[in-house]
Amino acid sequence: MRTFKLLLGATLTLVSLMWSPGRAEQSGGDYPAAAKQDPGTDDAAMAQWKRRGQEPDWMAEELAKHKVLIPADNKGLVGKGQGSTYGSVTPEDVKVWQQETYKLAVEGSRIFHSGDRLKSTIAVSCDMCHPDGANTHPETYPKFQAQLGRVALLRDAINWCIENPVRGKKLAPDSPEMRALETYIYAQRTGTPLQYGKR
Amino acid sequence: MKRTIVKSVETRYYEEREALFRGLKNLDRRSFLKLSAAAAAAALARGVEFNLHSFQPVQVAHAATGEAGPVEFTFAYISDSHLYKRQLNDRFVRQLLRAVDDINHLAPQPDFVLYGGDLAQLGQPLELELGAQILKNLKAPVKMMVGEHDWFLDMGEKWRTLFGEPTYSFDHKGVHFVVLHSVMEDDFWSERGMTGMERMQTVAGLDNGIQSRFKVGTEQQVWLKNNLAAYSDDTPLIVFSHSPLYKYYRPWNFWTDDAEEVQALLQRFKQVVVVHGHTHQILTHRIGNIHFHGMLSTAWPWPYAPEGLPALTVQMNRADPFNPNDALGDGSVGVKAGGLVDKLYNLWNRNPIQVTSAYLTSGGKSAVPLTPNLQSY
Repeated sequence: MRTFKLLLGATLTLVSLMWSPGRAEQSGGDYPAAAKQDPGTDDAAMAQWKRRGQEPDWMAEELAKHKVLIPADNKGLVGKGQGSTYGSVTPEDVKVWQQETYKLAVEGSRIFHSGDRLKSTIAVSCDMCHPDGANTHPETYPKFQAQLGRVALLRDAINWCIENPVRGKKLAPDSPEMRALETYIYAQRTGTPLQYGKR
Repeated sequence: MKRTIVKSVETRYYEEREALFRGLKNLDRRSFLKLSAAAAAAALARGVEFNLHSFQPVQVAHAATGEAGPVEFTFAYISDSHLYKRQLNDRFVRQLLRAVDDINHLAPQPDFVLYGGDLAQLGQPLELELGAQILKNLKAPVKMMVGEHDWFLDMGEKWRTLFGEPTYSFDHKGVHFVVLHSVMEDDFWSERGMTGMERMQTVAGLDNGIQSRFKVGTEQQVWLKNNLAAYSDDTPLIVFSHSPLYKYYRPWNFWTDDAEEVQALLQRFKQVVVVHGHTHQILTHRIGNIHFHGMLSTAWPWPYAPEGLPALTVQMNRADPFNPNDALGDGSVGVKAGGLVDKLYNLWNRNPIQVTSAYLTSGGKSAVPLTPNLQSY
């Protein structure tokens, strides 16, 4: 059985190795060639990519308007540990973790502050009642929400607000918007002790 | 086993009410006040949903028991309605209508109604015109104040054509009233090449850090100084400003940058009251002889800021998001001889809260309003 798996793995690797050069030639063949001829193309390509991207500096734009707390930096972990793969952390790892997490929080801030993104039918957005995410107390969820008659998660409260004060359509619990909103709301309460069930 | 009859809250309320009116038939003034005070106290103590506005004897009674003499006159207030055009958002329209209804049902009518600013959400002509139209339904005369949401689309052009100059003063029953435009901002828009609407939307976001901080500005300070010059130190003075004329929380512009300069101009008066909007919450503060009171919004409530809350403020319970009009409302101000005021917050769907002059003059030691059990956090 084990031999079969190994064999299958090796075959798949071989196939993919054989396949990939062909793909490169087909789809992006002109790009590496052009780069060799003209060293300036990299910048040009980047500029073109930036022009094509709808909002290349969307994070900077959002952060100029709204403060979003920065996630933990984990720098203390770099180069330490007991030699295991899981415990070996590079400066690049730390940077990627922080950047990716922050990105989601900043995207959450954009949605939080936009009636359009929330698809409000009455031009109401979350920040109208919750400037800087205040008074959202995510650290108190899950809790019994008397008005709903059951235990609510943070996303239930978010959806209640989207349906009622905001008068929009509720988000799927795993939608990109909901994930971003949750991230922003948690981010703004950095440092607050978790106390689930608190009124 | 003997069974006791449990009377509902409503039954008890109507019984007390009936007893009150029966008693009123043969009473002189003194015992009338006593009786109505007792009835009001009983009703409030039992937590009956009970509107001070609709039950006027209470206010009279309060005046009789307050330290600083009787209430000479009252004015009402409505503030921060943030209207969109009617087709876009009917909710804010209905809420302003509710406030107008409240005030029109006051008996006796207030001497005038202060509109506390932010009539419109984005300063658009349709929004301001709609607001003006609704406010025309008020029976009492209206004194208008401007807010940042009214101003920054066209820098007050439309607002001025509807309501006149934003800075003015008037005298009423021995009290000098001053209305300020406290939401001027330094130019943050030109270098960014913003359109009027972009500028307006930036200012409309409370937590938007691109905008500048509110200020009264030197021009208005000079005006204020000259305006006050004609009045002696013992003239009761009441100032209306949209932003609080002190420094509470900078990131949300719960703040006036040149507050100290303005306070310095007011300081020489023996009794000054500042009534402000913008913060959408119960706020109480005192600096020397100056008493500060916030106003409720009719549109949406703001949470208390994470820091800088004046020590005298007894917070209102945080808003219930499941109750669309919770923590909103209107209110009135009872002005006493000498210029002290009792401030009434007429919270919709809750008991009203009164912040008396006795509470402020005692430095928060007596007449303390009920404390909240659910604070905003």
